[in-house]
Amino acid sequence: MAEIRYLAPRTLDEAVGAFAAAQGAARILAGGTDLLVQMRNGLAKPGLIVDIKKIAEMTEIAELPDGGFRIGAAVSGAMLAEHPRFGQVWPGVLEAVNLIGSKQVQGRASPGGNLCNASPAGDSVPAMIAAGAVVTVQGPEGRRQMPVEAVPAGPGRTNLRPGEIVVGFTLPPRPAGSGDAYLRMIPRTEMDIAVVGLGVSLTLAGGTVTHARVGLGAVAPTVLLVEEAGNALLGSRLEEAALDAAAAACRAACRPINDKRGTIAYRTKVAGVLLKRAVAIAAQRAQGGN
Amino acid sequence: MNVISDKLHVENNKWIGTRTIRPDGADKVTGRACYAADNVMPGMIWGKVLRSPHAHARIRSIDTSKAEALPGVKAVVTARDIVDFPLDKSVMLGIQDMRWMCRNVMAREKALFHGHPVAAVAAINEEVAAEACRLIEVDYEVLPHVIEIEDAIRPDAPILHDFLTFEDKPSNIAGRMEAKLGDVEAGFAQADVIVERTFRTRPVHQGYIEPQACTVSYAADGRATIWSSSQGQFMVRAMTSLLTGVPQSNIKAIPAEIGGGFGAKTIIYLEPVALLLSKKSGRPVKMVMTRDEVMRATGPTSGSLSTVRIGARRDGTIVAAQGTFYLQAGCLPGSPLRGPVGCSFAPYEIPNVLSVGYDVVSNRSKVAAYRAPGAPLGAYATESVLDELAGKLGIDPLELRLKNSAKPGSKAAYGATFGKVTFEETIEAIRTHEHYRAPLDKTPRPGVKRGRGVASGFWYNAGGESSAQVNITEDGNVLVTTGHPDVGGSRASIANVTAELLGIEHGRVSVQIGDTSSIGFSNLTGGSRVTFASAMVVTQSTEKVITQLRERAARIWKIDPEAVTWENGEARPAGPNAGQFPPLTLTELAAKANEMGGPIGAGVQLNTTGADPGFATHVVDVEVDVDLGIIRVLRYTAAQDVGRALHPSYVEGQIQGGVVQGIGWALSEEYLYDRQGRLDNASFLDYRMPVCSDVPMIEPVMLEIPNPKHPQGVRGVGEAPIVPPLAAIANAVHDALGIRFTSLPMSPPKVVEALEGA
Ligand SMILES: Cc1cc2nc3c(=O)[nH]c(=O)nc-3n(C[C@H](O)[C@H](O)[C@H](O)COP(=O)(O)OP(=O)(O)OC[C@H]3O[C@@H](n4cnc5c(N)ncnc54)[C@H](O)[C@@H]3O)c2cc1C
Repeated sequence: MAEIRYLAPRTLDEAVGAFAAAQGAARILAGGTDLLVQMRNGLAKPGLIVDIKKIAEMTEIAELPDGGFRIGAAVSGAMLAEHPRFGQVWPGVLEAVNLIGSKQVQGRASPGGNLCNASPAGDSVPAMIAAGAVVTVQGPEGRRQMPVEAVPAGPGRTNLRPGEIVVGFTLPPRPAGSGDAYLRMIPRTEMDIAVVGLGVSLTLAGGTVTHARVGLGAVAPTVLLVEEAGNALLGSRLEEAALDAAAAACRAACRPINDKRGTIAYRTKVAGVLLKRAVAIAAQRAQGGN
Repeated sequence: MNVISDKLHVENNKWIGTRTIRPDGADKVTGRACYAADNVMPGMIWGKVLRSPHAHARIRSIDTSKAEALPGVKAVVTARDIVDFPLDKSVMLGIQDMRWMCRNVMAREKALFHGHPVAAVAAINEEVAAEACRLIEVDYEVLPHVIEIEDAIRPDAPILHDFLTFEDKPSNIAGRMEAKLGDVEAGFAQADVIVERTFRTRPVHQGYIEPQACTVSYAADGRATIWSSSQGQFMVRAMTSLLTGVPQSNIKAIPAEIGGGFGAKTIIYLEPVALLLSKKSGRPVKMVMTRDEVMRATGPTSGSLSTVRIGARRDGTIVAAQGTFYLQAGCLPGSPLRGPVGCSFAPYEIPNVLSVGYDVVSNRSKVAAYRAPGAPLGAYATESVLDELAGKLGIDPLELRLKNSAKPGSKAAYGATFGKVTFEETIEAIRTHEHYRAPLDKTPRPGVKRGRGVASGFWYNAGGESSAQVNITEDGNVLVTTGHPDVGGSRASIANVTAELLGIEHGRVSVQIGDTSSIGFSNLTGGSRVTFASAMVVTQSTEKVITQLRERAARIWKIDPEAVTWENGEARPAGPNAGQFPPLTLTELAAKANEMGGPIGAGVQLNTTGADPGFATHVVDVEVDVDLGIIRVLRYTAAQDVGRALHPSYVEGQIQGGVVQGIGWALSEEYLYDRQGRLDNASFLDYRMPVCSDVPMIEPVMLEIPNPKHPQGVRGVGEAPIVPPLAAIANAVHDALGIRFTSLPMSPPKVVEALEGA
């Protein structure tokens, strides 16, 4: 029986040091809601587990002076929901994070884990991409930043370099007239995995879209930023034609597979349906509704 | 809702019909209840099963030497250690043929499905056992496999078993069953309208939360003790005995609390293997299946391919009905043909019926019983066709059912002539229910459509062997022992009955489930029989105890026992002696028991009869999100004749549970296989059973029409409620969309495809 070492360092430097030194035999542990399941299934067999929850920066939520937010990578869904301001500014990101699992899972699951697990169906990722979130990463060579959409490389693979840990997410300041939304299609009402997930972030000025980003999940090997969909909405007043064009862009971006969770035809169709529904919610929020 | 037909009888009851706290409740909600996997013994080691990586392969040889040499390994078992039941002679235990069971617990000539046990190891811990499994070398000759019914019955299909022939040719059709009445062709000739449709359902799993698990200790004197959860400790004892050669008298099977069975735990997988591992190693052996193993290798119920044809006269009189039902048996024979063949047309009085079932083997895990085995898939076909027929005739679907419903004296094609039939009452209950009459807005919002559907169902119900013992403790309380694992609240019902009969406080009655060495033979917890049968033997035992109590009081008072009555928990002098002596309570009589003749207690063992069939009629409203193809159940009302609800909460629970399982079957559950014949969704994530938020509160309408053949009027209730939902929901979807789905589940991609094709 192989031995597993467990470390819970208090500083990021220690964590990066231990993680890098183990040279691939180590795994980062945030909430563990993916990692422990994978270990039980025999899919992950780490020699070292580095728990990052004892590192202060990893579990902090901060509203920045410019109006942006910094979320530690290991913040749990439940902590994010309890923050007095975050959900008001980023209701779409919050609902995406809070869709992960059940109440029990929410007490543990983190957006950092959701991103680094690199499932194409991770729920928080399309919403983070739509929000224009940037991750801060620290590794043996220091810190760097990358947009969320640059992190996943394929199912279960990321573009993080050896020894790198995601420290947190930075969400940009929010101009007035902004709103976001996340919707996923699951056959059940909860405890299910997204067949398609779609996040939208909009800014409207006088009814005209001045900023639009769309993140699309579960339809390709990685979660996608669909720039064409955002562009189709930009400058529009969300007329039917613009919505149709954005939905078409989402469908065109799909490169899904036929699998037990959905067919190619179904996933492609649903991407367009969710685009329209999510835009409607985001627009309503942008205009002051909930 | 509770509709009671004989008020008087009921108003006199203090405990029967009330919602007392269930005896096993506190242990279950506090986590103290001991399920099969909770048992731990000194010196215990762990067993693991090596399973076939192929859907179909001949086993040329198995080399276990490396595994046996691994430090920490204590025993290895293969098919050679299991008792062989030669193919040419059937040996039955209940409905199970030991020729198939011995090959199911351990592959013999061939591995017949991906996940079929090939060998088992016991070692000092689970990791070493798993490692040892990897060291077993199996030489397989991989064979072409077949999964679906249509493929399995083609003339050029890969044949699973050379010894099975159908119409004199080797075949995957393992058997045929027929129920016949009149002359169908002559009947159809009289019909003005005929509807015929072909339907498909997928195998669905019972989905119990507790995985199969056991601990077996085989001692040096040749005696074995089994701790496991099952739907029958006596079945565990008998089947383990047959498969290991250890006589029944040397096996004690102790039932653990059971975390769900729904029929699937009426057969065993692990116990004989663990016993043989324990015998070889000299240590107690524990085995616990993973969820993956449960999904892959324990029986779901059959998938099906059915064609149903029904003909009626213009006025709605049904003149002929024909059904052909192909059922997947899994890799070894034994589909529940009796379900669709017998139940599909049984609720109706139809003069000409031909109902034929075929048992089809393919490279899937062997099916196991699932709640009203086979009946739901048959009713799905029949009740969908009736819905269409009602539409064509322009008759309300409930009216059509009412017009043709079976009545006392009706003869069913499966052979029975009905006595008391309470089908019409269930139809009327729905027809007059506020739900059926409430207007339904069929297009509440753009992109959303709603519909309403009805369907009915039938289940045989069963009596059979049960034993009970009722003992009065020295301090004057009551201990009842029955022989049935309690899966649905039967202890709570038994406590109500006993307290009622003795006229004492409910809290003074304890009910326990005996092991095979402490109570007489009791047949399976299944067939909707346990509350019916155990209430019967408990009633008779308690009546004997009351007779003893009256005799004791008579002896103390020195009067004739006939002159003593038992009322409100005490003996009272009656007749000429009335008022002569102060009453003697149960406690007082218990205190004097030994001086007055010895311990007080009585047992009864019976082959119970009189379990008349169950009927159900359901109505459901659904809502369809037409862009996403998602169907949600908005409202569900289920009417059923329950005879007498000894404990209403657990009768409601049976109805609600059956409906919810039917909703899963209709909308989201299915076994999915990949091209290699491997199950692709062996987890609760991808095998989509409904979760709480997927279903509305199911409203049960309990019709309490006492069964005259039972002391409390009980009728079996557990199975009938899963029979109508598949068709009721499909009929509601048809009402919403105008599309008749003839294939389940009605999953979102299928719904979208159908809408785009429409
Ligand atoms: C019952 C259940 C239901 C679920 N439902 C959903 C759902 O609805 N939607 C959904 O998207 N997911 C779901 N999941 C999956 C899982 O909960 C989420 O992906 C969750 O966000 C993972 O977060 P975590 O903190 O638990 O990650 P962990 O398990 O701790 O980590 C996940 C992976 O990321 C790595 N990692 C974690 N943090 C970092 C970091 N900061 N830097 C580098 N690598 C890191 C880990 O090494 C591991 O490989 C469910 C899981 C369960 C058990």
